[in-house]
Amino acid sequence: MAEKTYLQAISDGLREEMRRDKRVFVIGEDVGVYGGAFKVTLGFQEEFGAWRVIDAPLSETAIVGGCTGAAIMGMRPVAEMQFADFISCAWDQLVTVAAKQRWRAGTPVPITVRLPSGGGFSGGPFHSQNPESSFAHIPGLKVICPATPEDAKGLLASAIQDPNPCLYFEHKHLYRRIKAEVPDERYETPFGKARMHREGDDLSVITWGAMVYTAEEAAQQLDGDGISVEILDLRTLVPWDKQAVLESVRKTSKVLVLHEDTHTGGFGGEIAATIGEEAFEELDAPVKRISAPDTPVPFSPQLEKAFIPQVEDVVASLRDLAEY
Amino acid sequence: MAIREAEPLGSLTEVKEAGLDREDLLGVYRNMLITRGIEERGHILYKQGKIPGSFYTGRGNEAGSVGVATAMGSNDVGTPLHRDMGVHVVRGVEPWRIFAQYMGRSDGPTHGRDGNVHMADSNLGLIAMVSHLPAMLPVAVGCALAFRIRDESRVAVGWYGEGASARGDAHEAMNFAGVRQLPVVFVCDNNQWAYSTPTHLEYACEHLADRAQSYGFEGVVVDGTDVLAVYREAKRAIEKARAGGGPTLIESLTLRMEGHAVHDDAFYVPKEMFEEWAKNDPIERFRTWLYEHAELTESEEDEIGAGVKKLLNEALSRAEESPLPDPAKLADGVYATPEDLDTPHHK
Repeated sequence: MAEKTYLQAISDGLREEMRRDKRVFVIGEDVGVYGGAFKVTLGFQEEFGAWRVIDAPLSETAIVGGCTGAAIMGMRPVAEMQFADFISCAWDQLVTVAAKQRWRAGTPVPITVRLPSGGGFSGGPFHSQNPESSFAHIPGLKVICPATPEDAKGLLASAIQDPNPCLYFEHKHLYRRIKAEVPDERYETPFGKARMHREGDDLSVITWGAMVYTAEEAAQQLDGDGISVEILDLRTLVPWDKQAVLESVRKTSKVLVLHEDTHTGGFGGEIAATIGEEAFEELDAPVKRISAPDTPVPFSPQLEKAFIPQVEDVVASLRDLAEY
Repeated sequence: MAIREAEPLGSLTEVKEAGLDREDLLGVYRNMLITRGIEERGHILYKQGKIPGSFYTGRGNEAGSVGVATAMGSNDVGTPLHRDMGVHVVRGVEPWRIFAQYMGRSDGPTHGRDGNVHMADSNLGLIAMVSHLPAMLPVAVGCALAFRIRDESRVAVGWYGEGASARGDAHEAMNFAGVRQLPVVFVCDNNQWAYSTPTHLEYACEHLADRAQSYGFEGVVVDGTDVLAVYREAKRAIEKARAGGGPTLIESLTLRMEGHAVHDDAFYVPKEMFEEWAKNDPIERFRTWLYEHAELTESEEDEIGAGVKKLLNEALSRAEESPLPDPAKLADGVYATPEDLDTPHHK
């Protein structure tokens, strides 16, 4: 075990998969000589060569489509979108081609698309989005949203070895801010199994990605008032761990679903609806949702603070729930 | 670098130099007959109400599809489209499975999950198309990328049409292939009409093959009704790519001899245009060539024709016996399992 940043854990996990599996290659804009916009692949080209760490033209469609073709030919491509926002340029290749190919034509497409996502540093409308729910809606894609360095490494290994198109959302605001112990050996963290971030008795927070830490700070504040908050980190949205969510609901009977993505059609709606369908009798309060408002992501720090759910928003909402 | 306009092949000797002997030529003729025969029978099935949805054919493109596929090696791969039935035929997809596909039966390559020519047998080196054209071009380039990374002497062939040439996928695919000099051949089936839109509303250059120059590789225009010329150009391009010479763009010029799909009577295509191109029917043209240059006899022609008729009649009967897909299995296979990767390609 060694303490590593979230970013280092991603980098280590990727390097390890490339060392053990010759089918794995990396392709993206500036991933080679420059080592990636966030330096996840720093030093990779020296180790693996220019044909396994491929600097692509500014062509998201060719990158994701190229990965699809290479995957069908037996490779295990890992594409890097410079920012998750740019995945919109490759929508067709992911949604029209890769997602449907197994079901329709019996041809699996084992690709991983790394998506640096999320806000918190004035990236503005085109460098800060969390588009996970758009893809969670598409049958055939898997959606992965690690929150901890340990999961970042283990979920990446699972994504690369998974026989399906996997969208791996790595939250940029966690890259260098979050450090934790990461096992040295290789391991795969299974999809669809939530991580109990914090056990509690009174309230449940269902969340993922960077919001795990926002929830944690809020829970610590409530500790002082004797309100015990449970935090469940979903880790993956497709598949998502319905059983763990329902168990937590049965335990606390009051739930907050929290995400950084915008409100309408956000994945929190799916979770809230499922709780309503399958655990209505267990609830002692209406399911609450906290999310970003239905606007593009703003640039100015004052506006962005109003956009991204803050610790005080979560605290206030949890107090409301506790008093209900 | 001006683009080249391909010459027709004159003699049996020239054809032999290009890699086809007399038996091969009769096989090409047979495959063209099967290709057209499948689509003609498809029309009948449609009129009988046995084909759900719409129905698309590639009449006029038999030389283009059969010619290119004949030039491919057995380990080469391709992404044929809805005018390229001949590619499926040449690669060995059995006609009864194609009829089953048309009718949405469980023995079609997609088991009723997708329709018409949205199909492929990956064991035969083909990848199933999607409706969004030319989305398969980046995929073909990705196949070529895998071959290049692994240093294999295999080639990918990606098809598109002159309509799809207007979309960005074509640009990204060709640019990336050019930058990396990947072993891929781009085949543009230019059939002059994208649904109702004529070429002058799709592109402003003289030939689409002109664009190859801007991507750093060779472009060639070939008469898409001349199966031997198509074959020779495809063979040249494929072997060039195999030898590390990078991509080629082949523009194969023909006319779509029917509507966009069965519901479309193509009223917008001038009658004279159909009449003019009908004189260049790819199958008639090749049959004449075979009589003149390869000593085709009437009894050989009859024998081949009768064999194709028998094959397709039996295929139709077998397809009609294919069961309808089971709705209980609708949700199977949305996600692949590790066992699904046990294919010739994924190893």
